[in-house]
Amino acid sequence: MTVNTEMRVRVTDVCAVADSIKRFTLARIDGEPLPVFAPGAHVVVSMDDNGRLRRNPYSLMSSPSNVSKYQISVLRVPNSRGGSAFLHEQVSVGDELTVSQPIDLFPIDNWGHRHLLIAGGVGITPFVPMMEVLNASGRQFELVYSVRSRTHGAYWEQLSATYGSRVRIAIDVEGDVVDYRSLLLNQPLGTHAYVCGPPAMIDHVLGTARVLGWSEENLHFERFLAPPPGVPFSAALRRSGLTVEVEEHQSLLEAIEAAGVDAPYLCRGGACGQCETAVLAADGELLHNDHYLTDDEQASGHKIMPCVSRFVGAGLTLDL
Amino acid sequence: MAMTFNDETFRGDFTFRNSPAGIRRYPFPFHDDGYMYAVNMEPHTAGAPGTAFEHLIDVDEHYVAEMRDRALVLKEDPLRCQALPHMMTAQWDTLELLMTQKAEGYPDLFTLERDGDRWHWINRPLGIDDTFTFGDRSTLPHEPGEYIFRQAQGDFCIVDQRDDNLWMDAGIVTTQADWSLDFDIGMNFMEWHGPVPLAHELGIFDRALKFLLNVQQGRPARRLNWTMTVNARLDTSPENYHKWGIDRTTVTPENIGEKLHLRCELQNFWRLPRSNAILFPIRCYLIKLDEIATIPKWACRMHRVLTSLPDELADYKGLTRFRQMAVDYFAPFDHGQETTKGGLPE
Repeated sequence: MTVNTEMRVRVTDVCAVADSIKRFTLARIDGEPLPVFAPGAHVVVSMDDNGRLRRNPYSLMSSPSNVSKYQISVLRVPNSRGGSAFLHEQVSVGDELTVSQPIDLFPIDNWGHRHLLIAGGVGITPFVPMMEVLNASGRQFELVYSVRSRTHGAYWEQLSATYGSRVRIAIDVEGDVVDYRSLLLNQPLGTHAYVCGPPAMIDHVLGTARVLGWSEENLHFERFLAPPPGVPFSAALRRSGLTVEVEEHQSLLEAIEAAGVDAPYLCRGGACGQCETAVLAADGELLHNDHYLTDDEQASGHKIMPCVSRFVGAGLTLDL
Repeated sequence: MAMTFNDETFRGDFTFRNSPAGIRRYPFPFHDDGYMYAVNMEPHTAGAPGTAFEHLIDVDEHYVAEMRDRALVLKEDPLRCQALPHMMTAQWDTLELLMTQKAEGYPDLFTLERDGDRWHWINRPLGIDDTFTFGDRSTLPHEPGEYIFRQAQGDFCIVDQRDDNLWMDAGIVTTQADWSLDFDIGMNFMEWHGPVPLAHELGIFDRALKFLLNVQQGRPARRLNWTMTVNARLDTSPENYHKWGIDRTTVTPENIGEKLHLRCELQNFWRLPRSNAILFPIRCYLIKLDEIATIPKWACRMHRVLTSLPDELADYKGLTRFRQMAVDYFAPFDHGQETTKGGLPE
């Protein structure tokens, strides 16, 4: 049984903060404060896009000490499946949305002595509240923030003004490229690194850190994979006695939800493991797109993460 | 409805008793006639009035006496309450959770008034009326965890979440089934569960850890655990084993109904909002065999559970010495018919 703890919110402000990035301010329609959250947390925003339910995760970037409102920043993704385009084009002040309780899959390591925050583009959002909390509690941190151009980066001027020399901005088009190897090589022992940004950047930073001997315990990252489109397929849900049709631009999880089946999820991006589902039969190929299952688990064909993974073939039966 | 608090002891003369209403609200842990380990988690939602689940943080007739007993334990051994330095935010989270739940659930007993960071807390049963600044340790007589733990029934662990594991980094433990916070502090989930038999092999802890790592804010979970205790002693700690271990030899067929207690632990799991830690309250409920015997369904089921319990589990729970006596005690109540599902008393 899932307890419904979602909240109805109203958009109280929409602000274009950079090229293709809008910041939305949300407040509860009943006027109550929103739940307190830990820095790094996201909420899942549910949208009714002309009858189709869309659910996208967005990092909270407002102050954890002011929960009269939440703020999220949304990058307009080219060829978006709908979520970000819907928010950019169809949502304005006064509109209502539904948000989940905050979920923190990218927390500060409370044990860490020093915190190196590495952001790229809109990946800056979880670091905004993180820096506020690290600063308030007197902990050591440094932000390295890459943006494509001065007009593409959100919040960089404000963060530089607030945190001074603890913030380094690298502007891509001006030839300022971060040397991550040198950055990661010259950190004191006990440093924790946090990465959020485009997938290639996350892979590069993590790969470099591992080569340099960083331990996994000190590496933290958050990537929200958008569910990739693919060939439509159908899936039988054995316990529910239903068969769902998954469209080209729909995820398996979304199709399951649209059929009224209460499936678990947290990140909707293939990272957290919450939606792990047993595959009872698969006559075809599972297309694993998640970062959660091990290579062996993916190869076994017994498990699938319906939030991002798909299937091609004659028949798929899930334990749902 | 005004609550009456028992004047009773959990040591010395052991005057602890459940009232008839207290017996009926007992969280009887056996939902079936057999018992085996399971990850028996369920959502921790408010339950029916007249049960221990009516409010998410339960306060009952033993509240004042239990807090008195806790103060005695802490006086003798301050290490029963500890918090590693990185857990201060989680301590404040805990204080907020316990105060808001108590004030909402029992407005006639507890009041919390908040004006920004300026908080006014009234605890009528314990005669406490304090004003303090949320987040400022210097405005409370103890650290925030200890302050509120001295006003809340049950043990509490605050576990930090790091490296896909949970770490026992803060808590208070004075009403435990033979385990020590001072020994376990800083350990991870697999380490502190090391001594439990059978469950590792069954993969119970892998599944339980996975579940707990994903406990969400606003969606607490709960499970029940149990053992048996001779005399109504809350503090069955390893530190004090020399005081209570010998009690196990004092059970006789004549005194077992009064002397032996079922000890049910209601555990719940709350994601804490600022720290992302998990608060793990472990509330101990005691009931005498004679009190169980007033509920026919429970008495019958006790016979079946104790009969079918694997020997390893009986050993681990410390029941071996008196298990057969307890089986004999409940045998006359076993009518041989099917019992109704669930733990409620019919």
